[in-house]
Amino acid sequence: MAKHANPDADILDEVQEPVNEQVKGRSLWADARDRFFKNKAAVVGLIVLFFVTAFAIFGGLISQYEPQTVDFSLMGAMAVNGSPSIETGHYFGVDFEGRDLYARVVQGTRVSLMVGVVGALVAVVVGTLYGAIAGYLGGKTDDVMMRLVDVLMSIPFMFVLILMLVIFGQSIFMLFLGIGLIAWLDMSRIARGQTLSIKNKEFVEAAIATGVRPLTIILRHIVPNLLGIVIVYATLLVPQMIIFESFISYLGLGVQEPSTSLGALIRQGTQQMNNGTLWMLAYPLFFFLITLFAFFFVGDGLRDALDPKDR
Amino acid sequence: MSILSVKDLRVTFDVPKRGAWPWTPPMKLQAVGGLSFDLEQGQTVGLVGESGSGKSTVARAIVGTVPATSGQILFEGTDLASMSVGDRRRHRRDAQMVFQDPLAALNPRMTVGDIVAEPLTTHYPEMKRAEVKKRVGEIMERVGLLPNLVNRYPHEFSGGQCQRIGIARALIMRPKLLICDEPVSALDVSVQAQVVNLLKELQRDMGLSMIFIAHDLSVVKHISDEIVVMYLGRIMEAGPTHEVTTKPRHPYTQALISSVPIPDPVLEKARPRPVLEGELPSPLNPPSGCVFRTRCPKARPDCAEPKDRRQYENGVRVDCPYFEVKDALAV
Repeated sequence: MAKHANPDADILDEVQEPVNEQVKGRSLWADARDRFFKNKAAVVGLIVLFFVTAFAIFGGLISQYEPQTVDFSLMGAMAVNGSPSIETGHYFGVDFEGRDLYARVVQGTRVSLMVGVVGALVAVVVGTLYGAIAGYLGGKTDDVMMRLVDVLMSIPFMFVLILMLVIFGQSIFMLFLGIGLIAWLDMSRIARGQTLSIKNKEFVEAAIATGVRPLTIILRHIVPNLLGIVIVYATLLVPQMIIFESFISYLGLGVQEPSTSLGALIRQGTQQMNNGTLWMLAYPLFFFLITLFAFFFVGDGLRDALDPKDR
Repeated sequence: MSILSVKDLRVTFDVPKRGAWPWTPPMKLQAVGGLSFDLEQGQTVGLVGESGSGKSTVARAIVGTVPATSGQILFEGTDLASMSVGDRRRHRRDAQMVFQDPLAALNPRMTVGDIVAEPLTTHYPEMKRAEVKKRVGEIMERVGLLPNLVNRYPHEFSGGQCQRIGIARALIMRPKLLICDEPVSALDVSVQAQVVNLLKELQRDMGLSMIFIAHDLSVVKHISDEIVVMYLGRIMEAGPTHEVTTKPRHPYTQALISSVPIPDPVLEKARPRPVLEGELPSPLNPPSGCVFRTRCPKARPDCAEPKDRRQYENGVRVDCPYFEVKDALAV
């Protein structure tokens, strides 16, 4: 083993490629992606999610009717003539007012997904930055910032949101505002907790010693390292937001006519349950359930992929 | 003029009492108590002591991540505490640090190239990307890594390689002072030798001054010109490496040296060793007088009196009035 007389030999031995060719590294993200795609339930969830999203975006293209158009030819005989059929062009049948349910479900899915994704996005951006800054700065700043979160959390949000919707009128903007206000609180706590453990790592100290500015440290060293947990939490937050919005809409306080959401459609479906028009409930409920299941499976898969230690 | 001069450095941390009111004064933990030493241009000072003796705190105070409570740290004649923002930035460039845990010191989400380049991109944001890349390649080669590994991530490297990356990051700014905080204690013995030799070589080529921290005297003596032996934040003995390692005077130094194994079973078995009993006392409540007296085999009643115990002999400072010169068998 004469070659080991050279102290660098073990290092040079490990790489056989020519020196001038750059070696491609495997990031932790690439590892996580591989683990995710090995998880069958998560992949199925992702595919379902893909189709639901495609349905929400492009479903309107094959619809024969506008979501707001009332089909007067069916008036009075909805339970008989308004049932789902290819011939009439009402693929999912019509709703209790004679509007095409297929077009309504497309629109409702779009609104529900949007509410969920926007809510989760607000949570990720605001919550992560807020929590990371509080955790990194520490001390008094941390105390003040986190006590504020505690105060906001102690407010019964469903109650306040309903009051807001009653006082300021029911609009989708109000709904977004209400969901945005509540969604980031949990996220900021999670981000802060992670930051507290990351900021004591030596690579953060190395950055401080080098003279990197605090905001750069947070964005370059802290946030990428807590992103794994944040992404997992965000994917699990999306279905929560959808349920939240559906509940508000179910109470009749959420999305207003002529717009609709899955929650509003389910509410209308349940009201017609005794009239022999079960399809009015079945189709929105089906899309509601598969979307939620898909999000939960994807979230689960991401958690297993991104922090394998916690399995 | 020495490049670094530490004068009576004290670092005290506030430790809040458990379950106390927010306004009750916190307990004081003195991590470093009255440390002084000088570092000459191109020389190496070794800081030795067991865990909890304040070595790392000294390093952090010198790079400025921990504020000194009192005393002075003069870097090229300027006190760190009185530096302006610009001076402090220059000091950050001139004094770099190598960390103990090689993998923990590298951000797992960044490529090695980005990690090594970070000091450059921080201090010279206007530098061209090609220039940065060239400098990164040069320094990687300098520390014995192939420059084509820049796109890899830290977890793809061994401990020794990670430590080389850490050294490359510290040296890319061409600092004047390199502080190595136990750079080899997390590595295999064979890799330790490689890294120590690399550091020596780099020091010679780049004219670096170094502070080398370790708890293992046998490593420190290879690289240091002077050794400072610390215990509970205080100096026990300080002097030229040869004097301290071959003729230890302070009972603590003698105990440290006797704990280094001799690679000869017969000698190893035969030698008498003053084994230290017990644990390091709590720095929240240090012993009065000489802090080592609770574990010292030669402790006498007057060791508890608070007084200056500094003695000088043959260029060695010993903080014990009852010291005896003892020949060390081997280190």
